[in-house]
Amino acid sequence: MSDIVLSTRGLTKHYGGVQALVDADFEIREGEHIAIVGDNGAGKSTFVRQITGVEVPTSGSIVFEGKEVSFQSPLDARRAGIETVFQNLALADDLDVPANIFLGREEVYFNLGPFSFLNEKKMLKMAQEGLTRTAVKIPNLHNTIGNMSGGQRQCVAISRTATFASKLIIMDEPTAALGVQETTQVENIIRTLKDQGVPLILISHNLRQVLNLVDRIVVFRRGRIAGTLDAKTTNGNEIVSMITGLDTGVHENASYI
Amino acid sequence: MSNITQNQSSPLPRETGIFLVLIGVALVFEAAGWMIHGQSFVFNTQRLYIIVLQMAIIGIMAVGLTQIIVMAGIDLSGGSVVAFAGLVAASLAQASSAGEAVYPSLTDLPIIVPLLIGLAIGAALGFVNGSIIAITGIPPFIATLAILVIARGLARWYTSGKQVSFFTPEFAVFGSGATPVWIFLGVVIVFHVLMTRTLYGRRTYAIGSNERAARMAGVNVGRHKVLVYSIAGLLYGLAAVIQTSRAETAQSGTGLMWELDAISAVVIGGTSLMGGIGRIPGTVIGVLILGVLTSGFTFLGINVFYIAIVKGVIVVAAVVADQYRHRNKRGK
Amino acid sequence: MSKRLLPADASIFLILIGVALTFELLGWLVMGQSFIFNTRRLPIIVLQVAVIGIIAIGVTQVIITGGIDLSSGSVAALSGMVAASFAQAAGGSSMYFAGLADLPTIVPLVVGIAVGCAAGWVNGAITAYTGVPPFIPTLGMMVSARGLAVLYNNGNPVIGLTDGFTALGAGATPIVIFAVVALLFHIVLTRTLYGRRTYAVGSNAEAARTSGINVKAHKVLVYTIAGGLAGLAGVVMTARATMAQPGMGLMYELDAISAAVIGGTSLFGGRGRVSGTVIGVLILGVITSGFTFLRIDFYYQEVAKGLIILAAVIADRYRQGVKFGMR
Repeated sequence: MSDIVLSTRGLTKHYGGVQALVDADFEIREGEHIAIVGDNGAGKSTFVRQITGVEVPTSGSIVFEGKEVSFQSPLDARRAGIETVFQNLALADDLDVPANIFLGREEVYFNLGPFSFLNEKKMLKMAQEGLTRTAVKIPNLHNTIGNMSGGQRQCVAISRTATFASKLIIMDEPTAALGVQETTQVENIIRTLKDQGVPLILISHNLRQVLNLVDRIVVFRRGRIAGTLDAKTTNGNEIVSMITGLDTGVHENASYI
Repeated sequence: MSNITQNQSSPLPRETGIFLVLIGVALVFEAAGWMIHGQSFVFNTQRLYIIVLQMAIIGIMAVGLTQIIVMAGIDLSGGSVVAFAGLVAASLAQASSAGEAVYPSLTDLPIIVPLLIGLAIGAALGFVNGSIIAITGIPPFIATLAILVIARGLARWYTSGKQVSFFTPEFAVFGSGATPVWIFLGVVIVFHVLMTRTLYGRRTYAIGSNERAARMAGVNVGRHKVLVYSIAGLLYGLAAVIQTSRAETAQSGTGLMWELDAISAVVIGGTSLMGGIGRIPGTVIGVLILGVLTSGFTFLGINVFYIAIVKGVIVVAAVVADQYRHRNKRGK
Repeated sequence: MSKRLLPADASIFLILIGVALTFELLGWLVMGQSFIFNTRRLPIIVLQVAVIGIIAIGVTQVIITGGIDLSSGSVAALSGMVAASFAQAAGGSSMYFAGLADLPTIVPLVVGIAVGCAAGWVNGAITAYTGVPPFIPTLGMMVSARGLAVLYNNGNPVIGLTDGFTALGAGATPIVIFAVVALLFHIVLTRTLYGRRTYAVGSNAEAARTSGINVKAHKVLVYTIAGGLAGLAGVVMTARATMAQPGMGLMYELDAISAAVIGGTSLFGGRGRVSGTVIGVLILGVITSGFTFLRIDFYYQEVAKGLIILAAVIADRYRQGVKFGMR
């Protein structure tokens, strides 16, 4: 049995006359961590939107866990086990930690539609388990998210993925808005996830981070996948060259490292 | 959940502060009462009874508005909806002995009919509010302002401005004695539970706190908004039936500016116009504060219009205070 | 923000023509007479249009900055009451200020505008410096100003005004005043720094702030001006009626906002023109007058007005290119 978790063949997306994504062939295996890099407008966000159900592709196929899938909404992707951590966190500041973790999929006692009673004990327990699994330390789970630091908030957002035993995690620029210490905090969680064998797709502009954390690097350029590099053997120069398509002969001290 | 059970940095219940304000206001009037009239303001059971009775109807509206405002919405149409719903309900509650019944063939109906119709009209207008807001995305204050005008117009059109009275004796049950207070209490308990322990409440807080996050998490925001506005409309309908029953008449001018009182009560009670924060118990205290203020002013013989100005100032002050309290709230 | 009048407002102008023609047609069908060519009707339309028009021009500027003002009608009433108390003729039965009779008309005029400015200043200060959504302070002002208007003379009107004062409301003077105000603010909004800043603040307040505009101070200024215009409207209203009544101007702010939105002002800020608002005011005036002309029950008028506001705002939203749908 194949250990390919997700693969795409010829994935294409047009917006009117604009070809944002063309013929993307991609695959990620069990336990693999892959980074997606590329310039703005290169197609990486478009690619992510197709595989997370935010949009429906123009053509091409997506195969998840051996079955061809067609997600009509982000909810479909989530139900299938693909969990996305967005750049802007998508957290409700006035709600506490368990409420945020279970936002949109709350545990209830009886199903009375909107009037179902919340099973807060169960949600608290499951939230604690998820946080433990991602080694996130939060002193008081009943604190409202708005009172926490950026790093803690991002950790809560990521621990959602562990709480719901996701089969594939996608992180879109998770540390873009964080300081140095908080970035380290999040990167440690990512390493924990790697140890647990959870496959991860990481979109990042931070090439140092990418080289430190992932197994493979997929480079997008002008709507297509320009190439795949092995993180262990490549370097910043090579990545940048593939991103820009030019042999720029970038100086060693360039700021992207 | 901390914001709906207690302040995370204090062991006291969240409403302690506003409760102290209530006590304070009452004491001020008590002192003034002794100085000016030589009698007590507070220790007068008749007065306390009247305060709660008069505020029960506004209170029911305020419960509905609490949910809307927690959801970061607003509803300016309450009073007009009460007027229209009240008139329609009244027209179906008339006794056959009435001189000019609106529907001569529909008199002496069982009181369940005007009650349900009143609730239905309220809910229907609330549904319209919610739908317009959810589908077109226009700012709630404009949408509900338009409905305010339309509902008031409908109220005036319904009986061409004439009053509707002479109800069946059974109809008096809604507004007689302390019944309005009991109904208010019942509404408070039901909706407090709804807001704190059900999915309905959770979603309301979530949408109010960060609508985008709620949407991304899979909450059907549009549908929920329609539900919340409809339920508020239902409560306006209930208030209308009680008011009509108690006043023994329905007029097109009823409810003028009541939504302002209700919104004031909600805001004073600690609910934030920015959404995501607020509780029913807070609204109850806000309602009581408003009631004490109105009663106190009357007690001291102050002109009614001064009350209007003071109320206007208090609401603005409460909103400004709320703004400062949440200065550091992260951007949505 | 084009400076050419015709192309931008052409569509709204066509709507105006269309509405007028519709009523003309209905007039012949239902009443057997002309709607437009009727000298008795014109003065009534004139007053409606002029007073609401003056308010609408102020409100337009507020809305362009991304705000709203729900207090205009009440402020107009209050301004009218106060102005009238400075415009009483000697020998009257109920002098407000015993010694102040037969003052030159400029005095009540300035007083009225000043009262409006004061109210507008409060609106602006609270909105700009506390960050509270503008509908709250202006709602509070609506209630408070109305309360003050009633309290001013214990619920009674202020009567016995000088001829000089009432001349402000006689004949076509209100329309002339409206036209002057419209022309003035058209120029101000399109050619001055004030106008440029108003659009900038409404379009992107943060960008305006970082480019050096004192956004808060400017908002206060805009609200103050709007208040002043409401004050002027109150003066004209009072002069026309030859008395000031505490209940006048009820719901005028709604008409003014409708007119602005119909005329192309966007509730989301950054867009709007005086010329569009003027046409919007005319459309509203024609509709109101048309309803009365066709003897349509006043009750239907209210419902219709509410629907018009709704339609105008929804159309505005649609114009923005926002896709509708349950989301």
